[in-house]
Amino acid sequence: MSIDRKTVDHVAVLARLALSDEERNQLREQLSTILEHINAIGEADTSQVPATAHVLPLTDVMRADDPRQFRGTQELVDRAPAHEGPYIRVRAVLDND
Amino acid sequence: MSELWQLSISEASERLSRRELSAVELTRAHLDRIAQVEGHVRAFVTPLDQQALQHAERIDRRRREGEQLGPLAGIPLAIKDVICTEGVRTTCSSKMLEHFIPPYDATVMTKLHAAGIVMIGKTNMDEFAMGSSTENSAFFPTRNPWDLDRVPGGSSGGSAAAVAAGEAMGSLGTDTGGSVRQPGALTNTVALKPTYGRVSRFGLVAFASSLDQIGPFTRSARDAALLLQVIAGHDPKDSTSVNAPVPDYLAALTGDIHGLRIGVPQEYFVEGTEPGVRKAVDEAIATFKSLGAEVGECSLPHTRFGVAAYYIIAPAECSANLARYDGVKYGFALRETGDDLIEFVSRTRAAGFGAEVKRRIMLGTYALSSGYYDAYYLKAEKVRTLIKQDFDSAFERFDVLIGPTSPTVAFKLGAKIADPYAMYLNDVFTIPANLAGIPGISIPGGFSEGLPVGVQLLAPSFGEATLLRAADAFQRGTDYHTRWPKLPVKQTRKRG
Repeated sequence: MSIDRKTVDHVAVLARLALSDEERNQLREQLSTILEHINAIGEADTSQVPATAHVLPLTDVMRADDPRQFRGTQELVDRAPAHEGPYIRVRAVLDND
Repeated sequence: MSELWQLSISEASERLSRRELSAVELTRAHLDRIAQVEGHVRAFVTPLDQQALQHAERIDRRRREGEQLGPLAGIPLAIKDVICTEGVRTTCSSKMLEHFIPPYDATVMTKLHAAGIVMIGKTNMDEFAMGSSTENSAFFPTRNPWDLDRVPGGSSGGSAAAVAAGEAMGSLGTDTGGSVRQPGALTNTVALKPTYGRVSRFGLVAFASSLDQIGPFTRSARDAALLLQVIAGHDPKDSTSVNAPVPDYLAALTGDIHGLRIGVPQEYFVEGTEPGVRKAVDEAIATFKSLGAEVGECSLPHTRFGVAAYYIIAPAECSANLARYDGVKYGFALRETGDDLIEFVSRTRAAGFGAEVKRRIMLGTYALSSGYYDAYYLKAEKVRTLIKQDFDSAFERFDVLIGPTSPTVAFKLGAKIADPYAMYLNDVFTIPANLAGIPGISIPGGFSEGLPVGVQLLAPSFGEATLLRAADAFQRGTDYHTRWPKLPVKQTRKRG
């Protein structure tokens, strides 16, 4: 199952990875090979079974809505690569125009 | 004459509680051992000499003051660098987190510190737990103490090597597709993957959330029982941890496996496994028979789809879990002026992640993307159900299943790194347990041309006591787990 360069480019955008040209070519080849092996699952008869997203029979695990004071905010902000006072610096999300 | 670092946790624990041995002496013995062999083995990303001695001193002081301490108090353990340790660098062997210092402890660390362990260092791994050889570490490869030209396995290679080399008495690793059991097999250590949900994942840097589990490396089943006892249990901070009672694992080690029904899945004994591995496993099965177990054949017909299903599900989950690494909130950031947010994030990620991580993110993103989701991800989830059903049927007739942990012994560094799928096939026997959520243990089962062979036992969910009982009984009848690799040692001045 071969994937083309266009698909690699599209997936790289979805994955937020600015891959080099060489990486894209390599990945195109490697992913095609891997997908060829993976396509074997097509041979499994899954017509009678539901999907398993999770092995435990747990749903809607809740706890009491018990508010507590969190005191570690500045510790978290200090770990940001760019920060100022209590704020994390981020590139502009909205255009100026 | 044996060295202090050659003691088992049980033995050291005995001596410590009788005050024949101090925690400081035991820690110093390990720091000396590390100084002698770490230059060759390279198990550690962050050694913690000073901290370790401080912890050890505190334990000794508490004992002197008459406090009764538990069996892990004063025991030097190594921790895989994917587990958050407050105030101590946690890198996941990635440039992305090279300078990251967690502001909190993982739940397993809170429990281990309450038990008084001495954390001797953070260990090397395949980057973000993706790999089977520790060659994907962004920093350096770890070497197998049994042959320094060979890999220790992965992704928990550092944790396995540290225990095998005597640099730690036990360690924690993580297992998503075999990353505790396979390195255990390659390094002659006992390596346990608990049932999914048995051990809290709070503070474990997530790779694949429905598959990841923390598990111990030790040199004996008894020691593994001691470690599991402390780390197992429900955690309200992990909504995927199970609220089920933790049995007394030590009490389960009766030494008696008469009538234990052991199933031999025919699909685990097909071509592709090295003859030396096959021979050792066959002999181990004979040993189990001689210890009173009843051995019979069974079939796990969907085994051959396991690797394919895993290499859709795990990358899909990883692509979601690794989306958080964007250079904004913490970790690596690539400063280029003129970049908008998306360019900044994309360039940071491309520079901060290694090749295998990028490969899996791309694979996972593709499998989840519109147009491919049904054929890949949904299909793989249904195959997952088939694999679970295979185990459920087998466990109606058998208490445990047996087979090789890995199809090969440790391979040479560089041998498989150029062929991703060849590397993925190392996990053919370990992956099914992660997909089904059942527990598995790899135990030293013999040697092939001087290299360790691991035998894997699998049990139904929450069957860790049965696994440990079987492993312990095997170890009372064999001595593979007591052997030590011959490592070249650097002569150092011993600490005063």
